[in-house]
Amino acid sequence: MAKKTPLYTSHLQAGAKLVDFAGWDMPLHYGSQIQEHHAVRQSAGVFDVSHMTILDFSGPDVDRYLQSVLANDIGRLTLGKALYTCMLDPHGGIIDDLIVYKMAENTYRLVTNSATHDKDIAWFNEHMASFQVEMVERRDLAMLAVQGPLVQQKLSAFIPPLFQTEIADLPVFHMKIYDQLFVARTGYTGEDGYELILPAEQAETIWQRMLAADIQPCGLGARDTLRLEAGLNLYGADMDESVSPLESNLTWSVAFSPLERDFIGRAALLKQIAHGIERKLVGLVLEGPGVLRNHQKVIIPTIGSGEITSGSFSPSLNKGIAFARVPVEIGEECVVEMRSKSVYAQVVKLPFIKRGKQTFLEKRKNGAVT
Amino acid sequence: MNSVPKALKYSKTHEWVREEEDLITVGITDHAQCMLGDLVYIELPDIEVTLEAGQECAVVESVKAAADIYSPISGEVVEINESLLDNPQLVNEDPYGKGWLFRLRPFENDLAGLLSADAYSKQVASEAH
Repeated sequence: MAKKTPLYTSHLQAGAKLVDFAGWDMPLHYGSQIQEHHAVRQSAGVFDVSHMTILDFSGPDVDRYLQSVLANDIGRLTLGKALYTCMLDPHGGIIDDLIVYKMAENTYRLVTNSATHDKDIAWFNEHMASFQVEMVERRDLAMLAVQGPLVQQKLSAFIPPLFQTEIADLPVFHMKIYDQLFVARTGYTGEDGYELILPAEQAETIWQRMLAADIQPCGLGARDTLRLEAGLNLYGADMDESVSPLESNLTWSVAFSPLERDFIGRAALLKQIAHGIERKLVGLVLEGPGVLRNHQKVIIPTIGSGEITSGSFSPSLNKGIAFARVPVEIGEECVVEMRSKSVYAQVVKLPFIKRGKQTFLEKRKNGAVT
Repeated sequence: MNSVPKALKYSKTHEWVREEEDLITVGITDHAQCMLGDLVYIELPDIEVTLEAGQECAVVESVKAAADIYSPISGEVVEINESLLDNPQLVNEDPYGKGWLFRLRPFENDLAGLLSADAYSKQVASEAH
């Protein structure tokens, strides 16, 4: 029996095509995932992300505990601030990536992936023994992501009048709680916007008010192309336990200082740095026609080969784009083995798109390898 | 429910065929475009190429998947729908009209191996289970 979010019936009413995602019945799209993608880049869209795992941690040892299990340092957080981080195993492999919010002293909220739910909970429990920490899973809550350049003009659809100014001024990666409504200026699209966490029984009302304000309902299809353009990794595709953050374009999210903070995986990462990192995650842009796909082979002549971890089509650029894990020596160009042919692709720094604009220069027009 | 026009013939691999005097037009069914989702890239056969029945002759790619198109009958390609190269979503919007793929001059006027609308509908229904 598939799990359903509190908005399941609303999705059916809105004409969603549902798919199984990690055991959940989730909307793939509501008619056209490309149109939904454009809505988020040009206007505003809303995603039901209630399948994500919400975990509240508290207790006298919670700071020390999270500083031990997370690769980024929650010691950097002031009240109301958020941090992106990986959770690593002792070999430096990525168990999951997540966002941690400091809601109060000794109280943190973590939002982790749904596909990794069981192993995350097991991992958190396994490492809790020597700490006075309580972990509560919040299945009583729903989560909505409302994203896009026009979200600011539509705040009245989902924020009480009294708080609208404060929410408009909320800095990126900060959160506020109003009564039972948790609002964070975070997201997974590369656009301005908010993630809302609220009691499940209130989700339907706020969802309908958003749709009435011309905020486009968006499914997992658009979520994937938006995050890909924005250079944001997907756990299970671009990273897993077999790779470290240093090979996943996430070195910035690992806090090696202070030196005395001995988080799980630290020793392994330092060893990797001492030995030299061999692979990295880069962006690929296909100049010719076609769509890049997961697991296609990437060849860098005279240097070696790699693999596409997430390949798709960029609706904003109208081109095939991908993340690929490749030897660090890669230059500005590589060859991708597609279905029936080999084609050139340009290697670019991520993201592809920032706040709706292309970030890289096109080097040359490439085509099939002759 | 996806539309399956009675006047057309169908292949098991989700192409449709329309007889127009001495030519036939080929496209993909409403069911096929719905399963694929938004199309973003279409590769069509070259004009004057000769195709065997069942031969791979085109590729349609959506954001999530690529699908081969098989020629429903043998013949020579006489026309391709060039508007799809810039606007592949025409197949999603109008699979039996503006979203046609190519036209063939058949070698034999024999559509007996193809499915009727009813038979194709039954096949789609059985695939759903």
